[in-house]
Amino acid sequence: MNALEEFRQSVGPHGPVAVVGGRTRWHLGGSIDPQARLITAPQGIEALDPSEMTVSLGAGTPLDMLDEALAEHGQEVALAGPPGATVGGALAVGHDSLRRRRIGSARDVLLQANYVDAQGELIKAGGPTVKNVTGYDLCRLLVGSLGTLGFFGSVILRTRPRPEITMWLSGPTKPECFLTEIYRPATILWDGKQTAVCLEGYQEDVEKQAQKLHALGLETSSDLCPMVLPPHRQRLNGGPLKNGTVADVGSSVLYGPQPAEAPETTPGVQRVVDRLRHQFDPEGRLNPGRNPQRMST
Amino acid sequence: MPDQLLAELREALGPKSVSFGGAAQLLYSRDSSVFPGGQPGPVCFPETTEQVVACVQAAVNHNRSFVPRGAGTGLAGGAIPCDDPVMIVTTRMNKILEVDKQKQFAWVEPGVINLDLSRYLLGTGLHFAPDPSSQQSCTIGGNVANNSGGPHCLAYGVTSAHILAVEVVLPDASVAVFGDPEGPAGGYDLRGAFVGGEGTLGVATRVAVRLTPDPPAVRTMLLDYQDVGTAADTVSAIIGAGIVPAAIEMMDQKVIEVVEKFIKVGYPQDAAAVLIVEVDGLIDGVEHEVERITEIALACGTRTVRVAADEEERARIWKGRKNAFGAIAQVKPGYYLHDTVIPRTKLTEVINKVYETAERYDLLVMNVFHAGDGNLHPLLIFDPQEEGIMDRVLAAGEEIVQTSLDAGGVLSGEHGIGLEKRRFMDRLFSENDLDAQAKLRHTFDPDERANPHKVLPGGSSCAEINHMDKPPEGTWV
Ligand SMILES: Cc1cc2nc3c(=O)[nH]c(=O)nc-3n(C[C@H](O)[C@H](O)[C@H](O)COP(=O)(O)OP(=O)(O)OC[C@H]3O[C@@H](n4cnc5c(N)ncnc54)[C@H](O)[C@@H]3O)c2cc1C
Ligand SMILES: Cc1cc2nc3c(=O)[nH]c(=O)nc-3n(C[C@H](O)[C@H](O)[C@H](O)COP(=O)(O)OP(=O)(O)OC[C@H]3O[C@@H](n4cnc5c(N)ncnc54)[C@H](O)[C@@H]3O)c2cc1C
Repeated sequence: MNALEEFRQSVGPHGPVAVVGGRTRWHLGGSIDPQARLITAPQGIEALDPSEMTVSLGAGTPLDMLDEALAEHGQEVALAGPPGATVGGALAVGHDSLRRRRIGSARDVLLQANYVDAQGELIKAGGPTVKNVTGYDLCRLLVGSLGTLGFFGSVILRTRPRPEITMWLSGPTKPECFLTEIYRPATILWDGKQTAVCLEGYQEDVEKQAQKLHALGLETSSDLCPMVLPPHRQRLNGGPLKNGTVADVGSSVLYGPQPAEAPETTPGVQRVVDRLRHQFDPEGRLNPGRNPQRMST
Repeated sequence: MPDQLLAELREALGPKSVSFGGAAQLLYSRDSSVFPGGQPGPVCFPETTEQVVACVQAAVNHNRSFVPRGAGTGLAGGAIPCDDPVMIVTTRMNKILEVDKQKQFAWVEPGVINLDLSRYLLGTGLHFAPDPSSQQSCTIGGNVANNSGGPHCLAYGVTSAHILAVEVVLPDASVAVFGDPEGPAGGYDLRGAFVGGEGTLGVATRVAVRLTPDPPAVRTMLLDYQDVGTAADTVSAIIGAGIVPAAIEMMDQKVIEVVEKFIKVGYPQDAAAVLIVEVDGLIDGVEHEVERITEIALACGTRTVRVAADEEERARIWKGRKNAFGAIAQVKPGYYLHDTVIPRTKLTEVINKVYETAERYDLLVMNVFHAGDGNLHPLLIFDPQEEGIMDRVLAAGEEIVQTSLDAGGVLSGEHGIGLEKRRFMDRLFSENDLDAQAKLRHTFDPDERANPHKVLPGGSSCAEINHMDKPPEGTWV
């Protein structure tokens, strides 16, 4: 019996069940009903095709393992997470990498998902090619759904070339002062006093952009983020930054020391959400207790 | 009672904004596909979200379906009316409402024409990346509904990656906004689920699009070949070397011939194929990529590599590509433009089979397509007056679809399923897979009121053009 079929059977058609990744974001979106059986998704890279720029793998594969395999071919995926995080967890959470401006959104990474639904059936969504509009876009619906619509068993992801170099700069210059001076930086962070900028790409391009930033008061720090990100993501809502928070400039995401309330779901959206959950999991057996609408961004 | 429905619509929108019968009936009976038209009910031209709500509400009140429609350039029959629907035509909702240069988004109405948005943004340093070849006429609402692509979607991604939020009039006449123009919205990605819904999930009435910074440097290259296979190999070699150009487009010998006859842009007329490769970004990286691509191309057996020396030459290279369809229309009056995606490494194999198929059915085929992402567009050219021609065209088309599936491909890369490919869906998906897609549909539209008989195969079919749902008689299955 293959790993995917085993996974399907472990989900089964009855009773509350939850899928665990690396537990790095386990509490996001509400806690799991303690009655739920805990299961894990298959691990391992099945096929890596550098000239197609796709990789297919078990959803339980750690992101580190995937990154190592892709690095050998000079590629990467637009997912990130702390050590231990899994591909399935990163997709289920659906947060964009800090490098979104250059590498794109987590929502655009998933090409095909083989997932187990609430009836315990194995479903294929999407397809293996890098471009595809065959039918409804279940893949985008599943990303960020915290496992409440189905559990990823195996997936096919879009890969991209790794940048030649990465450079972080930091200094007391406000982002407004250089936003129009540089082209597509990977990241800009601002904590109210200091800015950290990540540039990536070809060496000469990065160095020339860095020179412009040097002239504006930023200094090259290293190839790692010089700022410590507070753990809780939330929506940035204008006004001056509170102490201890860091804004991801241009994405409206704020990192803060305390968890924040999720923005209220409008009644119009809530009605669609209710129908969605009823359609996909009428008994609420998949990841019971979780609700993506309770994530703060 | 149609009279009552009509009266209700005229009352809500004003008499000049609702047509019934006559020219409108004909005009809105079909789209740009080869399919014969359906029967539209009242044709409405709302100007506001409230008026769209009124149209949908009237459809609900009279238990009728409705069909959203933009410019009608769709190629899969998506906007063809089935079941006498209320037609909701968005072309008068054509205002650009807000451009936020700092946060890099714009709110637009759905009837804004893709190229008009690009023109409007000229000089702001920002642009809307999706650039379908039909951009002179297609609407943003149509782009959203079909998750459209275009030459520059290779590096920048298809429409979905550029839609931040969308206001939708749902099939029960309620209104909801999915997504957030300023950044990632928490919760389920209903925006992502709506994009690509082909008009079956509701009517998009306002769209927040992502604006992309214009690249500081752009280089456009024209590569020419003595055979299609070498051109295809070059595509794989470029991508395999870790370069993702902004665009890689291929045109075969027949397209080159027609383009040179009618547009004269200076493509080498004895070439079996040309590639247009465009790279953009910061100048040093761009120069570096031009050099690498030149090396790779020559090593693959490319005959010549021409790098556009200036903006005028660049525009000329693109002019041939962007007007290819118009030129082809002058060869024969009918065309059937196909759209499948295959793994890039299978390009040579599949294109050769496409030529074989066309020859066997005695049809003229031309290829002009998005080679970089393996998105084939075999174009069958014919004269619709010719006796029995449609049977051959459809049979050859079906064979091309199957060839693509056999190579590990999918049914559509950008035109969508519409009416056209419903009957092929079960070749790619199991019954359970299709049920899961139906759940997404029913989340938005439990009564299947919006654009019925599209996308998913099902028990019932569009009565007016019923025969399209079955293979025409005597064809290969
Ligand atoms: C310091 C830090 C930095 C981060 N940076 C980034 C970043 O740059 N980019 C980014 O994208 N993300 C980032 N994240 C978020 C990160 O992606 C997630 O925390 C992590 O990947 C979740 O994976 P996990 O395996 O630990 O999941 P878990 O914490 O185990 O689970 C999280 C959720 O996913 C569900 N889940 C797990 N596996 C599956 C599956 N197979 N199918 C369906 N649902 C499943 C779980 O049920 C649970 O609801 C960051 C997180 C941290 C803590
Ligand atoms: C010569 C030619 C070249 C083309 N090239 C490309 C190409 O390069 N890339 C590409 O992707 N496509 C291409 N197309 C196909 C077509 O232009 C696109 O699909 C386009 O996005 C359709 O826009 P439209 O406004 O014409 O939509 P229509 O044809 O009017 O409608 C298309 C679908 O969208 C739905 N719809 C329209 N407006 C709304 C709305 N406001 N809300 C909800 N649903 C709506 C309709 O119900 C229908 O299902 C081409 C077509 C032609 C004729």
